[in-house]
Amino acid sequence: MENGLLGRMGIPRLIISLFLAFLVAMAFSYGLPMGQIFSAMLTRFGMNALLVMAMIPTIQAGAGPNFGLPFGIICGLIGATLAIELDLRNFTALFFAIGVSIPLGAFAGWLYGLLLNRVKGQEMTVGTYMGFSIVSLMCIFWLMAPYSSPEMVWPYGGDGLRVTVVLDGRMEQLLDRLWSFTIGSVRIPTGLLLVTIFCCILLWLFLRTRTGLAMSIVGSNPRFAEASGLNVNKYRMIASIISCAMGAAGIVIYSQSYGFIQLYQAPLYMALYSVSAILIGGASLQRATITQALIGTFLFNALLVIALPVANVAMDSDISEIMRVIISNGIILYALTRREVGGDAR
Amino acid sequence: MTAKARLEMRNIGKEYYGNRVLKGVSFTLDEGKVLSLVGENGAGKSTLMNILFGMPVIHSTGGFDGGVYLDGTSVSIRSPEEAMKLGIGMVHQEFMLLPGFTITENIKLNRETTKGNLFSRLFGKPMKWLDMPSMQKDARDSMDAIGLGIDEMLPVRGLPVGHMQFVEIARELDKKNIRLLVLDEPTAVLTETDADKLLEAMRVLTDKGISILFISHRLDEVMKASDKIVILRDGEQIAETTPDETTIERIAELMVGRKIESGQMHGRAVSSIKDEFLLQIKELHVEMPGEAVKGVTLDIKKGEILGIGGLAGQGKIGIANGIMGLFPSRGEVLKNGLPLRLNDARFALDNSMAFVSEDRRGTGLLLDDSIEFNIVATATQIQGKFMTRGKLRILHSKAVSDYAARMIKELDIRCTGPSQLTRRLSGGNQQKVCIARAITLAPNLLFVSEPTRGIDIGAKKLILDHLVKLNREQGLTIIMTSSELAELRSICDRIAIVYQGKLEGILLPTDSDRDFGLMMAGEYHKLHEKEAV
Repeated sequence: MENGLLGRMGIPRLIISLFLAFLVAMAFSYGLPMGQIFSAMLTRFGMNALLVMAMIPTIQAGAGPNFGLPFGIICGLIGATLAIELDLRNFTALFFAIGVSIPLGAFAGWLYGLLLNRVKGQEMTVGTYMGFSIVSLMCIFWLMAPYSSPEMVWPYGGDGLRVTVVLDGRMEQLLDRLWSFTIGSVRIPTGLLLVTIFCCILLWLFLRTRTGLAMSIVGSNPRFAEASGLNVNKYRMIASIISCAMGAAGIVIYSQSYGFIQLYQAPLYMALYSVSAILIGGASLQRATITQALIGTFLFNALLVIALPVANVAMDSDISEIMRVIISNGIILYALTRREVGGDAR
Repeated sequence: MTAKARLEMRNIGKEYYGNRVLKGVSFTLDEGKVLSLVGENGAGKSTLMNILFGMPVIHSTGGFDGGVYLDGTSVSIRSPEEAMKLGIGMVHQEFMLLPGFTITENIKLNRETTKGNLFSRLFGKPMKWLDMPSMQKDARDSMDAIGLGIDEMLPVRGLPVGHMQFVEIARELDKKNIRLLVLDEPTAVLTETDADKLLEAMRVLTDKGISILFISHRLDEVMKASDKIVILRDGEQIAETTPDETTIERIAELMVGRKIESGQMHGRAVSSIKDEFLLQIKELHVEMPGEAVKGVTLDIKKGEILGIGGLAGQGKIGIANGIMGLFPSRGEVLKNGLPLRLNDARFALDNSMAFVSEDRRGTGLLLDDSIEFNIVATATQIQGKFMTRGKLRILHSKAVSDYAARMIKELDIRCTGPSQLTRRLSGGNQQKVCIARAITLAPNLLFVSEPTRGIDIGAKKLILDHLVKLNREQGLTIIMTSSELAELRSICDRIAIVYQGKLEGILLPTDSDRDFGLMMAGEYHKLHEKEAV
């Protein structure tokens, strides 16, 4: 497994790359508008990259992929809705939303970290159900919170937020349009990609600081970490805080590009998509790199973007959502069965 | 001598992956007699027992040479079940009892007496009822035979360990076909009075014609109980003798022996090291499972290599782990005269102490990280080494790989490069990485536990030579814990022997085999008490 193309890429990545290549070839042969498809691939890559990268800190710190990401995502949604409530527009709105989201997300991460340090060895299951519970709990919040902006509350009754809040004219595609240009018929969302690169650099730097290295040591071997005088729980906590804060900022960037804020049940499965993306990228449940996150984000989203039109032409039906569920759950299942024994299950 | 030979082992040899662990061991055990097997850890006693019981580990590694004869007929035992059918029983060092069941149920486990009922007539044997009164009677008989006077219907949970040991023996005795009983360190967990009772029980068994193979580290018991004593060392049968012909001292001497390959001794004259103490340990207690330390007082001189030896489970491993803050400990430890905070790994590391753990893969390495990161990991955290200068300090990749390349060369780590994962290295090379990591901290006191366990002879020599080099050239004080006495005697200046969690004594590498053997068996005190006081 150490040598050769197969060994370096890993079986799932190889299969998915081949499948993607096959779909691209199909799309060409059907004469689909490839410019649009490639534009969409780039945009979706930028939308999701930060959410997927949010998995890296917890994986590196030995707490597994952050299945509790919805907790952070909800903080981002609060930030974004507050920006609208205050009637902010453009970059003011975006920066305000991100500025509110990050501390909220960090707080959520702290709470989540307290939980994670009590359930070592079962972070994934506990995280998933904690995410589910928080999402449901927040449904009440969206209904009860004293928001009053007419763009967000239900048109009738005037109480509670709508399921989908339109960002039209506020921060819709703000980053995507920034310095955007087209090559051939492919539109490059320059601002979005630059933000993604910026986040990558920040995370790369952080992972190489003393704290970042300590986090990685803790995740790699907690007993080694203890023997090196490191406080295991402290670094798991830091990882959880950073991960949730990244999730919070990530959803704001996701929403501006998407053009909508999705509330209520929408964050429910978002963690699962991010988890499967990073696993497709070749990460394991114990080790993940930024490169793996980026490759995974691209493969996972490119597949979704292209599968829909190809499937529509080929079989006259919309199977892209089904595909998405099969791929994401299948990959998670694959990764779980490959979990290596020897982690810290104390 | 008209006694019939019950068990004969003829010219037994065994190799594990090219490593000879048994070389031509032969002995006979007569009917109704006790034969004791003595030897250090790793002398080959357990391998011999594994062969006798046909354990899978023997057959999956290519079987063994020689023959086993039971009552004169050659037997080939392929599994523990077959051994049981042949009437070979074993009482283990660790108890194999079901705590929630009564003594009777434990004794009769899987050999219950049953009686028929309506369902069993319809559905067969599995539906039969237990015949409790008859089971109780059987259990009672066996227990009476060895003088265990407690109620046979008590649950095993909560019994004193001494009684559990007797229940195990009663269970073996209840097997009607039992011919040969192996007792593997049965007295290790017993108090002295219980141990005496056990020896009496052994007499009862031998009177019934059962032969006993007795394994023990307590030499006085061996002398009391045996009809014949076989001494193993490094897989070789060193001597076969009887208690009348020998003494405890002589056995101890034979057990330890001088190993031929240990070569010249590096230890220096005691006078060459000044009486200046780097570390003073007073009444150290460490709660390390299986290696508990129960009050060790020991002074370490500046610039010496101190060895800590002793048999497995006596607590020698716990000392370094306790001082380095890995297991809960209490007591007083002074470094350079200043008190050391215990239970704080960070404090120990900050005080220029480093530790190479005996648990190489569990504690010593980041198996899924590169060699270079393993080497520098602790130093980046404790001392902030290998980081870039400036406000934002990140890992200095070039400094790390340069340093790692130097260490790889210096310690001769065989690898494909500094970025190879340590998981893929051989044991010896992994150990070198651990040592490299420890000396990267530039300590003035280095703890090394079992540095050569499970590694090949070439790497062994290199590691020991490197430790000596560090000591001589940089004046590094080293505390080396090892189960291999020969290794301790080849490089240490003084050797402390730990027995039952306490310091039994300190010897020089040049002291006699006899003294080492006696100390490891905890007999030294008893023999020298009069002179000492």
